[in-house]
Amino acid sequence: MRVPLSWLKELVPDLTAAADEVAEALVRAGLEVEQVERHGDIANVVVGRVVDVEELTEFLPKKTIRFCHVDTGAGVREVVCGATNFAAGDLVPFALPGAVLPGGFEIATRRTYGRTSDGMICSAAELGLADSSHGILVLETGQLGENVVELLGLRDEVLDIAITPDRGYALSVRGVARETATAFDLAFHDPGLRETPAPDDDGYQVRLDDAGCDRFVARVVRGVDPNAPSPAWLQRRLALAGMRPISLAVDITNHVMLEMGQPLHAYDLATLQGPIVVRRAKAGERLTTLDGQDRALHPADLLITDDSGPIGLAGVMGGASTEISASTADVLVEAAHFTPSAITLTARRHRLPSEASKRFERGVDSALPSAAADLAVQLLVELGGGTAGPVTDNDQRTPPAAVRMPAGLPGRVAGLDYSREIVTHRLEQVGCRVSGEDILEVLPPSWRPDLTGPADLVEEVIRLEGYDAVPVALPTAPAGRGLTAGQRLRRTVARALASSGLVEVVMPPFVADELVEELGLAGYQPPRLLNPLSEEEALLRPALLPGLLTAVLRNVGRGLSDVAIYETGSVFRGSGTPVAEVPKTSQRPTDEELAALDGALPAQPRHAAVALAGNRAGRAVAVGDAVEVLLAAARAIGISLTISRGQDAPYHPGRCAVLLLDGEPIGTAGELHPRVVSHLGLPPRTVVGELDLDRLVRAAAEAGPAPAPVLSTYPPSSVDVALVVADDVLAADVEHRLREGAGELLEEVRLFDVFTGPQVGEGRVSLAYSLRFRAPDRTLTDAEVLAARDAAVAAAGALGAVLRGS
Amino acid sequence: MSAPDYDPKQVSLLSPEQLSAALAAGLAGFAAARTLDELAAAKTAHLGGHAPVSLANREIGVLPPAARGDAGKRVNDVRRSLDSAFESRKGALEDERDARVLVEERVDVSLLPGTVLPGGRHPLTTLQERIADVFVAMGWEVAEGPEVEHEWFNFDALNMPADHPAREMQDTLWLAPEDSGVVLRTQTSPVQIRSLLARGLPCYVVAPGRVFRNDALDATHSPVFGQVEGLCVDEGITMAHLRGTLAHFAEATIGQGLETRLRPSYFPFTEPSAELDLQCFNCRGQAELQPCRVCSNEGWIELGGCGMVNPAVLIACGVDPERYSGFAFGMGLDRTLMFRHGITDIRDLYEGDQRFTLALGTEG
Repeated sequence: MRVPLSWLKELVPDLTAAADEVAEALVRAGLEVEQVERHGDIANVVVGRVVDVEELTEFLPKKTIRFCHVDTGAGVREVVCGATNFAAGDLVPFALPGAVLPGGFEIATRRTYGRTSDGMICSAAELGLADSSHGILVLETGQLGENVVELLGLRDEVLDIAITPDRGYALSVRGVARETATAFDLAFHDPGLRETPAPDDDGYQVRLDDAGCDRFVARVVRGVDPNAPSPAWLQRRLALAGMRPISLAVDITNHVMLEMGQPLHAYDLATLQGPIVVRRAKAGERLTTLDGQDRALHPADLLITDDSGPIGLAGVMGGASTEISASTADVLVEAAHFTPSAITLTARRHRLPSEASKRFERGVDSALPSAAADLAVQLLVELGGGTAGPVTDNDQRTPPAAVRMPAGLPGRVAGLDYSREIVTHRLEQVGCRVSGEDILEVLPPSWRPDLTGPADLVEEVIRLEGYDAVPVALPTAPAGRGLTAGQRLRRTVARALASSGLVEVVMPPFVADELVEELGLAGYQPPRLLNPLSEEEALLRPALLPGLLTAVLRNVGRGLSDVAIYETGSVFRGSGTPVAEVPKTSQRPTDEELAALDGALPAQPRHAAVALAGNRAGRAVAVGDAVEVLLAAARAIGISLTISRGQDAPYHPGRCAVLLLDGEPIGTAGELHPRVVSHLGLPPRTVVGELDLDRLVRAAAEAGPAPAPVLSTYPPSSVDVALVVADDVLAADVEHRLREGAGELLEEVRLFDVFTGPQVGEGRVSLAYSLRFRAPDRTLTDAEVLAARDAAVAAAGALGAVLRGS
Repeated sequence: MSAPDYDPKQVSLLSPEQLSAALAAGLAGFAAARTLDELAAAKTAHLGGHAPVSLANREIGVLPPAARGDAGKRVNDVRRSLDSAFESRKGALEDERDARVLVEERVDVSLLPGTVLPGGRHPLTTLQERIADVFVAMGWEVAEGPEVEHEWFNFDALNMPADHPAREMQDTLWLAPEDSGVVLRTQTSPVQIRSLLARGLPCYVVAPGRVFRNDALDATHSPVFGQVEGLCVDEGITMAHLRGTLAHFAEATIGQGLETRLRPSYFPFTEPSAELDLQCFNCRGQAELQPCRVCSNEGWIELGGCGMVNPAVLIACGVDPERYSGFAFGMGLDRTLMFRHGITDIRDLYEGDQRFTLALGTEG
C-alpha cells in the first residue's frame, strides 16, 4: 500500500510530523513501512508565459524545432523547444538554468540548433508528474515567476507499507490514517462516515443467491461525459499511489478504493441485461475477464451475472462484455461485500491476484459499500457531469458477535499490568465498543473482521501500548536431557567425515529425471513436485549422490581438479497414502489420524554420502578412499562395518563395495561406472559412497557404551604369513577368516604387502599378513604361537588360500 | 736408616718425576685428540692397562707398607686428573660432533608429507549446532521433524486453513499428485506441532532445519534455506519470557552486545505476533556510520518472526489454552550466516563449491 503523506493529512488534518516520524510510529504500531519516497524535490522551475514562437524551418521535415521567448516574471529568456502543443500567451512550467529535474537531469544554458537555449519548457513527465506525456504541460493558472512545485503541489512523500494479511483495513488511506491518528493522538476524519441516500424502489434490481455476498450496493449515474478527463490532482494521486490513470470512471473507482478500502466496479449500464444475480458458477460456464482472458469457471467461483450469464468474477475482476467503453454515458457503480473465503480460492484458481481480491481476501468493512458508492457517485457527478440515479442496497448482513475477554488478560500475556482503563481505552481507539468490568464485552468495529477472539484483542492492547514496554525475563525450563544420542552421534559422524579431509556441501534436493535414470535410482521412486522451481528438476532426491555429483561437476568446472566432498541429509523415497480428509483443528487429532498423516509422507531417511575425484594425499583417488572414509565415520561412533562385493548401479561392476552392518547392507561405495562418468562429464575414476545414516546412528545408540579391553602386559609374539588366493577373493574376507581361525590369542592382524606376478601365478594374489598374538595371563610359547598361526591359515584355506611357497 | 728392601728400579715408576711426566703426556695426548676415535686411542695409551699410571699402581704393593699410602695418593691424584681431562675433552668433542650432525640433519619443516588434512563443515551446520547448544544449556531440547511434511502440520494446525491468505505469503512447493496434501515444509513451525503432540507439557524445544520455498536462487534468495524454530509452552509463560529468551539467543549466537527489538507483525500461529529486529551490526543505527548497505540505513536487521502461541494452535494440539500459554519464534539462519562470515552472495552457501566451506574450517 502506497500512501501519499498529503492524502494522509487530509484525513488527519492536525498531523504535523515529518514523513520519517510517521513511518517510525506506524512501524511501532505494526504497519511495516518499507520505505519513504520523496517526490518533487525540484527547485528553480517557475511559471512562465510564452511571448512568441518562431518555427525553425531549416530542420523540417525531419524535426520540428521551435524557438521561443518566455517571460519568467524576472526577465525574458530564449529557449529552443521540440513540442508543438502550445502557443504564444500560454502559461508553462519553465526550468531556469541551474534547475535539477527528477532523475538528476540538470538544466543549463546551451547552444543548440544554432540558437541559445536558456532553460527548458517542461512536460508533465519531466516534472515527475507522469510516467510519460505528450508535449509540454500547459498550465491553467499561475502567476509569472511562481514556483511550479508549490503551484502543482509536486512536493509529496509516499509511505510504502507492506500490509500483513490480518490488517485488511490498512489497505486504504483510511486505515493507515486511523493508525496514524492513534499513534499521534490526533483527531481522525473518517471518510467512511457519510450521509448516504436511502435505497429506493427504482434501484437496479440485485439478487443475492449465495452467502458469499451479504451486501450489494448499486448506484446509477446517467449522462457522464465519456470524454471528461480526470483532473490533474486525481491523476497525480493515483500515480503517487502506484496506479496508472486510465479514464475518469475507472480513476474514480480506484480513488475511492485507495481512500476507503472498498473495491468498486463500474458497469456500462447500457450493456446490462436484466437483474444482477450473485451466485456460484454452473458447469460449463465461461467468462471473458477485463484482461481479455476467456476463462472456464469452477463451480465454486462466485459470480456476478445478469440475463446474459456471467458478467464478472465477484470481487476479483469484471467481465469484458459490460466494461466501461469510450462511449459509456450511463454507469452502474457496484460496491459489494464478499466474504474472504468466497474470493481467496477463486483468485488463486484463476491466478488473478487483483487490487480487489487482495482486499476482499483480507476482509473489507461491510459497513462501507454505501459510503464508498456515494463518494464515487459524487465524483462522477462533479467531474463527469453525470446525474445521480436510483439507489440499490441489498443488505443481508448478520450483526457481528461480541468477544468476551477478561480485563486482565492482556497484562497476563504481556507479563505486565495494564489497568482496565488502559485496556478499554486502547480497544476503543481501535474502534471497538467496550462494556463490562472484570470480563469485558467487546464489539469489534466493522472494519476489523480479524478481531474474533480474546488473543486478537490482547495484541491490539499490547501493540498500542508498545512492545518495548514489555519487560524482559527468562523462563525457567525444567532440567533438560541434552542432545539425544542420535543428535550427538550424527555430529560425530560429520566431524569424522570432515577429519578425513572431506568438505561438507549442502545441496538443494531437486533432481532431474534424466540424472535419476542415469544413476539407476528410479527404483527408489523419488517423489515428484507439482510446481517445481524448474521443470527440468521436478523430482526430490532419492539419494544424496545426484547432488554430490552436481557439486563435483561445479568444482571441476571452476578449475579444481581434486574434489573431496560429503553431504548428510534426508533423501525421499516412495509415496504415502493420501489422507482423504485432514483432521479438524478444533481438537487434538486421534492417534489413528496422526498415523494416517504420517502415512501420507514418503520415506525420508537421513543419509551420508561422499564423492572424491582427482588426487588425494598425492595419488589418484581409488575405490578404497570412498570405502575407508565411510568405514572411519562408522568407527568414530563405535560401529565396525564389513565389506562385501557389490554390482549395484551406478557403479563399476568390478569396483563396487557393499557395506554391511551385522551382515545387512547399509550402504555402497565404489568407482562410478565408466559410462556414467562419460555421460555426465565427470573426472575419470570418480569414486562415491553413500550409506543410511539413520540406521548407522540407531545401531550405535542401541549398542550402548563400548566395553573396555583387558590390557595384557605379557610380551606379544608376532608372526608373518603370506597367503596366495584367487584375485577375486576379498582381502577383507581373508582377514575375517584369519581372525576366526586364530582364536582368542590373536591381538592384531595387519596386511602389510599385496603382491601379484608370475611367482604367484595367473589370477592369483599374495597377501602378506602380520599376526600379533598375546595371552592375558602368561608369556606364549613358540608352540602355542605356531599352533594359532596354523589354525588361522587353515581357516583361510576355506577361501582357497594357501601359504606362499608351499 | 736401613737399606730399602725392594728394588728401587722397579719402583721408579712411582717416583714423582715419572708420575708428573705421565700426567703431562696424558694431558697433552687428550688435548691433541681431534676426534672421539683419537680420544679413545689416547685413553688407551694414558689410562689403559699398560699406561704408566696403571703400571705404577701395580707397583704400589711392593713398597713397604709405610710408603704405600704416600705413593698411592700420588698415583690416584694423577689418575683423577687424567680421568677428568679425558671426560672434559670427551664432552667437548661430543658437543662438537652433535652440533655438526644436527646442522647436517636440518630439513625444510614446511615441506609437509602430503597426507590428508581436515576438510570442513558447512557453516549452516555449525551454526545450527551452536544455536542448539545455547538452548540445551538453558535446559531446552532439540526437536526434529520431516522436511517433506503434511499440510496439516505445515498449515492447518498452525491456524492456516486452506483459504487463509497467509498461505499466499509463502510460495509452497507441493508434491504430486494434485491432491496429495504433502509439501516441502515452508517453515520449521510444523515441528512445534509435532513437539506438542509427541512430548507433552511443559515443552521447551528448539528445532533447527532446512525449509523450502518456491523462490528462484539469486544473490539474496534461495529456494532452500536454514531456519531455527523455538517453542516454549508452560504455565504462566508471558511475552516478557519471549523477549528475554530472544535477547539471550541473539547475544549468544550473534553477540557483540547488539540490542534487539520486537515490532508488531502478523503470523497466523502467534497472537500477538512480532518481528524480531537486531540492531545493525554494521552501523548500529548511528547516522555518522551511514549510508549503510547492510540495513539500508534503518539501523535494524530483520531476524525473524515470533509471538505468543495462538490459542488455536494449542487447541489443535490438545493443549488447554486456559491453563497453558507459550511463545514461539522462527529465525532464518542465512542472514545470520551472512553477517557472521561476511558472505555477500547467498548462492555460495548452496552451490557446493568446496573452497567456500574449506575456508570456514570445521567449527565455522
